[in-house]
Parts: sequence; C-alpha cells; structure tokens
Amino acid sequence: MPPVVRLRSAVCLLGRFPALAGVDLDVGEGEVVLVSGGNGAGKTTLLRLLAGLVPLRSGSAWVLGSDLSEDSKTHRRQLSLVGHETGCYDDLTVAENVRFAARAANVADPPEEEVLHQFGLTPLRDVVHGRLSAGQRRRLGFAIAMVRTPKLLLLDEPHAGLDAEGRAALDAMVAGSPAAGRSVVLVSHELERTRPLAAREVVLTAGQAHGALPESSRAVEGPATELREDTTQSGSRT
Amino acid sequence: MNLLREAALVAGKDLRIEVRSRVTVQQILPFGLVVLLLFAFALDPHSGTLSKAAPGVFWITVLFAALLAIGRSFSIEAENGARDGLRLSGLDSAALFLGKAGAVVIELAALEALLAAGVVLLFNVGLGGALPLALATVAATVGVAATGTLYGVLAAGLRVRETLLPVLLLPVVAPVLLGATRAWEAAISGASSDAWPWVALLGIFAVLFTGIGMLAFGPLLEES
Amino acid sequence: MTLLNPRISRVLGVAALLSLIALAVFGLFVAPPDAVQSDAQRLMYLHVPSAWIAYLAFGVTALSSALYLWRRTRSPVWDRLAGASAELGVLFTAMTLIMGSLWGRPVWGVWWAWDARLVTTAVLFFLYVGYLALRRVPAPLETRAKRCAIAALVAFVDVPIVHFSVDWWQTLHQQATVFTPTLDAHIHGVMALTLWLGVLAFTLLYVYLLDKRYRLEALEEDLEAKELAKAIEERVQGAGITAPPEHVEVGVGQ
Repeated sequence: MPPVVRLRSAVCLLGRFPALAGVDLDVGEGEVVLVSGGNGAGKTTLLRLLAGLVPLRSGSAWVLGSDLSEDSKTHRRQLSLVGHETGCYDDLTVAENVRFAARAANVADPPEEEVLHQFGLTPLRDVVHGRLSAGQRRRLGFAIAMVRTPKLLLLDEPHAGLDAEGRAALDAMVAGSPAAGRSVVLVSHELERTRPLAAREVVLTAGQAHGALPESSRAVEGPATELREDTTQSGSRT
Repeated sequence: MNLLREAALVAGKDLRIEVRSRVTVQQILPFGLVVLLLFAFALDPHSGTLSKAAPGVFWITVLFAALLAIGRSFSIEAENGARDGLRLSGLDSAALFLGKAGAVVIELAALEALLAAGVVLLFNVGLGGALPLALATVAATVGVAATGTLYGVLAAGLRVRETLLPVLLLPVVAPVLLGATRAWEAAISGASSDAWPWVALLGIFAVLFTGIGMLAFGPLLEES
Repeated sequence: MTLLNPRISRVLGVAALLSLIALAVFGLFVAPPDAVQSDAQRLMYLHVPSAWIAYLAFGVTALSSALYLWRRTRSPVWDRLAGASAELGVLFTAMTLIMGSLWGRPVWGVWWAWDARLVTTAVLFFLYVGYLALRRVPAPLETRAKRCAIAALVAFVDVPIVHFSVDWWQTLHQQATVFTPTLDAHIHGVMALTLWLGVLAFTLLYVYLLDKRYRLEALEEDLEAKELAKAIEERVQGAGITAPPEHVEVGVGQ
C-alpha cells in the first residue's frame, strides 16, 4: 500500500532560513502520526509543506500521489489543513463560510449540517466570522476541514483555545480517522492528551525528524542512529 | 462549464461580502463624488473647461476608485489567512481570477452609473450616443478590472502593496484612459462613428488582459 | 558568474570608450550643423542612440523574463539578466527623455509634446520604475524572479498598445530619421555616419555595463547561497546532530 506521505531529506526555506533541514517521514493510510518538538523546530512548516503551500528546496516529497517538486497543487483538494487561522471571511456567517468551502472543493452532497452539528456550531450558524471567539473559530476550522471529506488531515496545535466540549469533538474526529481511512498528521505540544490518539510519534528538532519512519519501511537507507524519544500508547518503539 | 461555475462562486462570495460590509457604497462612492467635486474646484465651472473635460474627469475618477476597489478585493483575502484558504480550496486559479475581476467589474459598474449621474448633474453635460458610450464603458471597465486584479494579486501580501499597486497599474492602463475618454467625447459630441475605433481598442485591451490574467493569476498566487 | 569572458569584457570596455570618444568628436565637430536647427540638432546623436538602447534593454528584460518563466529554460541567469537590463534601461530612458526635452526646446519652442513616441517613452520609463520597485521588495529569489518576470511581460505587451493608441491620437514628432518603416534615411553622409557611430558606441557601452551589473547580481546571489549552506550547517550542528549537512538521514528503530 503506497504511503499517503513520503518525505526523504526534505529541505524547506522560510525566507533564507532552513526551517526543515532534511526531513524523512512516512505516513500510511488511516495512520495518525503525532509530531512534537520545541518552538521553532519546523512543525508548522512541515504541515505547510505537506499541503503544498511552501516549495520544496531539495529532497523528495510525495503526498497523496503527487510529487511535490513537480506539482504542489493537485493533491490539495484531498487534504485539509487546520492552522492557526481559519481562512474564513469576517463578513460571512459560519454557515456561509462552510458552504463556500464545500462548493469550492466541489464536494458532491456535502455534509454541511452534520459538520456544523459535530462541532457544536449549529446555534452559531448565522453569526458572522468576525464575531466569533477564538475557540469558536477553531471549531469552524474543523467543520470546514471535515466538510471537504479529506483523505489527509493536517492539524496544527488544534487543542489550543478549546473548551472541554471542543476538545472532545476534536479527539473524536482524530480517533475516528483510521476507521474512515483518513490519515492524520497532528502537531501538538499537549503530549499527554495527544499521545493516546496517535499510532506513532515523530519528534522534530532543528528541522529534522526522529522516529519518522515506521518499522515496515525500515529497509530504506542510511545507518541507524540513536533515537531521541519515542513512545506510543502501546509502548512499542518504531 | 466548471470554470464559470467556480468563477460565479468566487464573484458571489466577494459581492456578498461587499453587500454586508458596504465598503463600496459607504467609502468608495463618496470618495469618487468628492474627487468630482475637487475637479470642479480645480477646473473652474464658469470657464466651460469643466464641461469639455467631463469625460476625462469621469474616467480619472473611475481609475482612482478602481484602485480602492481592487485594494479592497485583496484586503479581504489578507484576513484570517484567507489567501492560503483559497490556495487550498481546490478552486482553479483562472476561475479565481475571473471571479474576483468580475466582482470588481460589477462594483465599478455601480460606481460608474452614479458617477456618470454626478457628471451630468454637476458639469452640465448630456450623455448622447448611448450605444458606443455603453460599449466603451463596459470594455474599459473590464480592462481596468482585469489588469487591476492581476497587479492586485501580485502586490497582495506585500507590506508596500498600497503604494505599489498604483505605480504598477496606472501606466499600464493609460491606453484605456485614452480610449475611454476619446470614445466618450466622440459619443457625446454626436460623432458616434469616431467612437467605434476606440471601442475596438478597448475591447482588444480587455480581452488581452483578461487572458493574461487567467494565465498569470495562479503562479502569482503561489509563493514560488 | 559573468555574461562574457573577462578578456572580451575588457576589450569591449575599451572599444566602448574609444567609440564614445569618436562619437564626441564627430558629433561636436565633424558633422555639420543642421540647416534648420543648427547646433541644437547635435543632441540627436545622443538622443536617438539612447532611445534605441532604452528599447533594446526593455526587449532584453522581456525576453529574459520569458525565458525564465518557461520551465525548460528556467535558470537564475535570465532573472539576473532581466534585472540588470532593467536598471540600465531606466537610466537610458531617463536620458532619452531629458535629451529629447533639451533638443525640443530650442527647435519646437516647447519642453514637451504629446506625440506617440514621446508619450510611449514616458510610459516606458514608468513601467521600468514599477518593475524596479518590484525587484526591491524582499522575497526569496524564485518568488521575486517569477513575480518580476510576469510583471515585465505584462509591461512588454502594454508598450505597443500604448504606442498604437497615442499614435492614433496625434503625431507631432520629427519624422524618424533612420528607422522609418521604409528604412529610408532622411539624413545622409557624415550625419548618418555619426548617428550610426552613436548607436554602436551606446550599444557597446550597454553590453559592457550589462555584463558588470550581471556579475554584481551573481556575486550577491552566491553570497546568499553560501550563507544559507552555513545556516543549515549551524542549525544541524546546533542541535548536536552529527550527520553531515548535505546528506541527512534519520535513524529508524532499534
């Protein structure tokens, strides 16, 4: 089964700074991978690279069947990125923003009402985005991500700013992904909460990843080096 | 056709935002009317210069208003990371271009109707020769909106975008100003046949820059 | 790193200098004063070649931009060339306008006239200025190159439209001396020779300066690339990882 994500020695620049300095990463179908690391380690840039938003400087990157050095646009339709900002319009309501995203993604029969309900937005459906609180905006971000029915979900510190209900909805979304065949790359600092959700953990340090390749793809290349830290729910190491 | 469907979606989004926020009506239109007024102060209504210069005054005012409208078209994408949202949306970039330019055309058309009324009333000018006048106006508006949207995306996201857009756009649309003004003058003075060559020039400009915009919008929207 | 072989560049520089001196001699002394315009006409020997270079440089910028945008020929060479040519172009365009104005004043009695060639050259000046303003905006090299290349091509498409539209509008400018559509030279003999000498001298100067400016740009980019490699290395080592910077691999499980 071809991996949904396959990065080898990926280098990405932010201006002149090498935010990613040679990253290897594999993510399989329906796999939930947790990416942790200190501030400035390159986590957000990694997600943006996977979304095709930043160009690959060197190395190779295959995501959802596309070679990102050739074509960084085609695969975007199949993924959703929930970052620090929602990408919404302040003057449009919650429902209108969701509808725009669904129509833009050309989703056949989009589950608009379901996602609004799933993230507790139904009472807010006619509130304009500009009036929403940070937590409400985050939930709207999830709703839009899910209405696109993505195969790959990219989450950048999604727990920040959410109340208990929001967190529960988020956890349910992530936990339900493997069954739905949806891969998740989750960046987070809240390791206590997110480790149980993930099959594997990858630690990004100074633009490089550790623990990024699962057992099965081991035979690839390079001498094995000492791992930094790596634990998962089952305690098995990769 | 998928392209048109997506363009209509984007234009609809922009226009809905406009209706909600009323920036065109509450800010850009008054700006245009004030500029007309200032021209009256500058050109002395008593000397008859103003009536003769009316087409030119009208079109310069439209150009300035267009700068604001285009700036506004892209400032809504600057909020909340909407630009990234558009890149990720799955929308075709040519459709994005057509949609945004189309919304600007509609906003400018509304502005032009009111500014033209202003010109007629304030400068004592009659607008004859309806057909060439209308066609020239449509073609010129499309040309300005298309070129403006192209430069708008180029400058969007840059810190200097507000000062860069005029410097880039205005020299390029100089022929539009020329053609539109001459067409209006010809139509108003009753020599409609003189207007047609200018209408043709405006039409060619509009088609050409719409095509260029459709091609270039995608690459310019991306970071590299 | 350079457009031309250093020896050729030196020869070119000398040739440019010599031909400029020759131009000065011919233009000021050898060529006779014009029957109607007398000595003021001598400005033509600077103004016309300058205009030629202004448009040549623009063409070079546009062509280089196209070559950069076309995937198969994409290379930083074209971007540097486009930028270098634009800087020279704006200088020569400004010179053309100023000298045209200085020439026009005694001959026509006005500092400026609204005919196709003048107006197009003025618009060309502003298109250059816009392009250079874009180049100044800080951005990663590829982003800037792509953005500027598109802007240059749009400007290139616009220039003939401007010219055509103003031409329709009115024409006042002195009939083209050498470069008329029928290529019928209205000036003959020594004056024509001097004019061609001017074109040659300015072209040599342009190419020489282009090479120098290109080299400067290439050196700056090289410096940036070295700083980047150093930054990657520092980043990798700063975290205590011993892997070499160019070939990075990550360990798998133990």
